[in-house]
Amino acid sequence: MIWNEVEKLPREELRKLQLERLKKLVEWVYNRVPFYRKRLDEAGVKPEDIKSLEDIQRIPFTTKDDLRDNYPFGLFAVDLEDVVRIHASSGTTGKPTVVGYTKQDIELWAEVMARTLAAAGATKKDIVQNAYGYGLFTGGLGLHYGAERLGATVIPMSGGNTQKQVMLMKDFGSTVLASTPSYSLNIYEVAKEQGIDIKELPLRIGVFGAEPWSENMRRDIEEKMGIDAIDIYGLSEIIGPGVSSECVEAKEGLHVFEDHFLVEVINPATGEVLPYNEKGELVFTTLTKQAFPLLRYRTRDITWLNPEPCKCGRTTVRMARVAGRTDDMLIIRGVNVFPSQIEHILLEYEGVSPHYLIVVDRVGALDNMEVQIEVTEDIFSDEIKKLEWLARKIENDIKDLVGVSAKVKLVEPKTIERSVGKAKRVIDKRKL
Amino acid sequence: MLVKQLSIFLENRSGRLEEITGILERNDINIRALSLADTSDFGILRLIVNDPDKAEKVLKKNLIAVSINNVVAVVVPDKPGGLHSILIPLRDSGINIEYMYAFLAKHKDDAVIIFRFENPESAVEVLQNAGVTLISSDELLKM
Repeated sequence: MIWNEVEKLPREELRKLQLERLKKLVEWVYNRVPFYRKRLDEAGVKPEDIKSLEDIQRIPFTTKDDLRDNYPFGLFAVDLEDVVRIHASSGTTGKPTVVGYTKQDIELWAEVMARTLAAAGATKKDIVQNAYGYGLFTGGLGLHYGAERLGATVIPMSGGNTQKQVMLMKDFGSTVLASTPSYSLNIYEVAKEQGIDIKELPLRIGVFGAEPWSENMRRDIEEKMGIDAIDIYGLSEIIGPGVSSECVEAKEGLHVFEDHFLVEVINPATGEVLPYNEKGELVFTTLTKQAFPLLRYRTRDITWLNPEPCKCGRTTVRMARVAGRTDDMLIIRGVNVFPSQIEHILLEYEGVSPHYLIVVDRVGALDNMEVQIEVTEDIFSDEIKKLEWLARKIENDIKDLVGVSAKVKLVEPKTIERSVGKAKRVIDKRKL
Repeated sequence: MLVKQLSIFLENRSGRLEEITGILERNDINIRALSLADTSDFGILRLIVNDPDKAEKVLKKNLIAVSINNVVAVVVPDKPGGLHSILIPLRDSGINIEYMYAFLAKHKDDAVIIFRFENPESAVEVLQNAGVTLISSDELLKM
């Protein structure tokens, strides 16, 4: 279902709307954010110089470091009294990234999240179990407001408390689950332990995001739980969830809500804008946000854009499933490795659990990568040669497809930590 | 004439075996035969116990990877050439042994060896036709 007719706007009209909004945005930040005024002055760009969408390429990028340097409120474009909400993303290194919303921004967020849920096939008749964390993290409240805007019934479960997730899913008859993809599998396992088959429950849609996952994992989830598993995308700097979403009709790329978020893909090394279908770093400009607008924000997410019209009727470009982040990327013996590549390989094997851990260490001058896999009932054999054969075969696949050798270590079931939010897939012990 | 054997996946870390034996003790399960195979990363503990179904249940409850397989308990004369005489009919019938280990107790004056075959049913047939004594589960547990 298409929530807003604007999603079907002819490209020409969309570009006109984007240009109009971009002009206003540049003027807005130039007059209100000293950081941006300085940046634009240094680049020799005045708001009135923006005459076409291509002129955006004259504007310098904004990076995560810029956000950190202006911690906490330095990039806000409105007075704090007009900010009605603050969120912050977990900073794995140092201070968190702080974002603010005006009343109008919150409305916008609900709108794009309602579009997301509608694209996933949800309607006002659905019961949405929201297992994204509520709090500073944007996932929980972002989804919550969107589901309410859609008119659905929201169960604000938040993350964790998996036994209760299962109980409510069964007792309340949840039809939509919103969580990270890895957590949905956690819920599935706990349900199974209790003798509950999620396939038999009314659940029909999974709205999954906040961490990279693979096509094989989607197939695994859809098969196990009997649902449509939809990939959604967002980041708190841009708005939170609601930046782009797959449609249930195609499940082939995520439609970017381009009337609000201008998207580019660049070569991360040179900053050069890449044509459609070429892989690079995703860059967003928030066209309509008031409190925390960003010009050309480098997301560090790696993907490409597909401009082909979609069978769902939307005219917006689709970004490919995020393959990884420039900062998730491991460089092992000079080779770029994304955890999602490893996941893809593991899930090619029947019975291999989607819970895995990559441990990287440096012995002498050499990087060592170990992939830990749980021995599930399905792959356990009392013959050592069969287990060793499986481990060697996966090692060969990793070597062939990723280009680095890894050691596959079989570990006991349920010994890899289960996540309630973003799964921790990598432990990097190297001291560089 | 098949005997149920438990196979347990063990990571190589200290105290792991003790955790397993602790679970068995608390559930009043007696080990009648065991063998531990190991590689550099992991091991497989194979057990014959007095109540394999209960043992499987309690181990699974403790999130331990366990499976039940059928093995064959063979009476082997306790004298030079004893094992050899058992292996001849197996070789002649082209039956492969996956692994084997000795049972703890003696059967009268003879030794008992546990065999794991790829195809236990046909191995039983071959051995019985060759006049080899096999021991049933019930008998084994009474020893």
